[in-house]
Amino acid sequence: MADTLKVNPIDCTGHGVCAELLPELISVDEWGYPIVDPRPVPLALDREARRAVAACPALALKLMRTDEPARSR
Amino acid sequence: MTTTVNESVPGGAARQAAGLPRLLPAAPEDLRGHLARYGPTPYRGQTGVLIGDIEASGLTGRGGAAFPVYRKMAVVARGRGRKVIVANGSESEPASRKDELLLRLAPNLVLDGLQLAAEAVGATEAHLYLHYGPTPEILRALAERASRGLDGLGVTITQAPPRFLAGQETALVNRLSGGPALPTFQPPRVSERGLGGAPTLVQNVETLAHLALIARYGPRWFRAAGTDAEPGSMLTTVYQVDGKCRVFEAEIGAPLRTLLSSGAETQAWLVGGYHGSWLPMPQAVGLTLANDTLKRFGAAVGAGVLVALPADRCGLTEAARVTGYLAAESAGQCGPCLNGLPRIAAGLAELAGPGHRRQTRADVERWAGLVTGRGACNHPDGTVRFVRSALTVFAPEIALHARGQCSATNRKPFLPLPNGMPTSEDDWT
Repeated sequence: MADTLKVNPIDCTGHGVCAELLPELISVDEWGYPIVDPRPVPLALDREARRAVAACPALALKLMRTDEPARSR
Repeated sequence: MTTTVNESVPGGAARQAAGLPRLLPAAPEDLRGHLARYGPTPYRGQTGVLIGDIEASGLTGRGGAAFPVYRKMAVVARGRGRKVIVANGSESEPASRKDELLLRLAPNLVLDGLQLAAEAVGATEAHLYLHYGPTPEILRALAERASRGLDGLGVTITQAPPRFLAGQETALVNRLSGGPALPTFQPPRVSERGLGGAPTLVQNVETLAHLALIARYGPRWFRAAGTDAEPGSMLTTVYQVDGKCRVFEAEIGAPLRTLLSSGAETQAWLVGGYHGSWLPMPQAVGLTLANDTLKRFGAAVGAGVLVALPADRCGLTEAARVTGYLAAESAGQCGPCLNGLPRIAAGLAELAGPGHRRQTRADVERWAGLVTGRGACNHPDGTVRFVRSALTVFAPEIALHARGQCSATNRKPFLPLPNGMPTSEDDWT
């Protein structure tokens, strides 16, 4: 079991703080909206991922439980 | 634009062998005619029973997504408490006319399906969601059924706003809740938590008509038409090169050339409507009306809109016009769609004009990649499928336009769009 990052694109306002906190998994497009790595979050980045989720001012970034195993990176 | 049921399409003998048409009588059928033809609504007397037959039939949703019907039914049947069923006749695809015709000719078949599916999942509330206001045929069918006490549930009619996305499941639930018909982010699916939080089964009206026949004649009868992987028949809205619109029930797996003209007068086909794909002629001439064969071209049958584009029109101009409409129909809720679709539409309009900047085509392709998979609903993905297929199929036309030329000899718009588009931004209720 592992967690995958998902953006609710309706709630997302393109603030960009997620990409600043977690550049390993999140980049921004030319309009400032996040492009999120669809693969499960590696264990080594679990804490950073949780911090990015907590920091989203629109509460648009979520960690969702998936059945895939976590990547060991 | 006239809508007729076309009886003179090639392949008539094959259709007769498959027992088609199944859904469309020649003239509107009132309750008396309906009962004489089909007998009473075959209720099963308990929840769940019909779902096994629907699974065995292989019936998939005819609203465009082709999702297995029994799976949504099973999820709603497992839910507890208040449950809702919705017959979706919003038909918000501007080129599609099949649901409108079905509701006019066979309203009782749709209403049978609504009641049978309601019984199967244990629904306690039934809705009919329509593109137009209720027609006399629908009102008459509901009144006749009510006076004879045929229906387990009363049916509430709601009119959809004239927006492309109004029939999308989450938008439909929002509209029935009294709000604007805007999509929301999933999960949860509406089959788990829909109208007012209740498990909600949303099925296209044609799907429910098929369901009503499967309930009567069984899955084997249903599978006598179609292919093993995609059984049954489907309603199609067909535009031939003459520009006339005909609704026609076709067997799934039928050769497309028996439905659409394919000679020198035909430049390309559009399959699956405005979220569908352009297919090049003559390369596509051997394809059939089945997702199994179409997927190799990145195409799908969708809600059955089929177009033969005449050789005298500019396909690039047609594609640019429709893309402008699709961009204007973005709900504007998701950043990539809000930003990307208008840019894609402007880029395509530039390619369709005389001469264009060197980077425009690459820009359109990059924006197409950027919006894909990043909306709450499938509007960006469907629009990109349409645009990418246009860039491929009309590549020679793009080269002509770059030199200030155009192959068209007839500039009259061909593909139908709603009057007065683009619609105003707040018109979602």
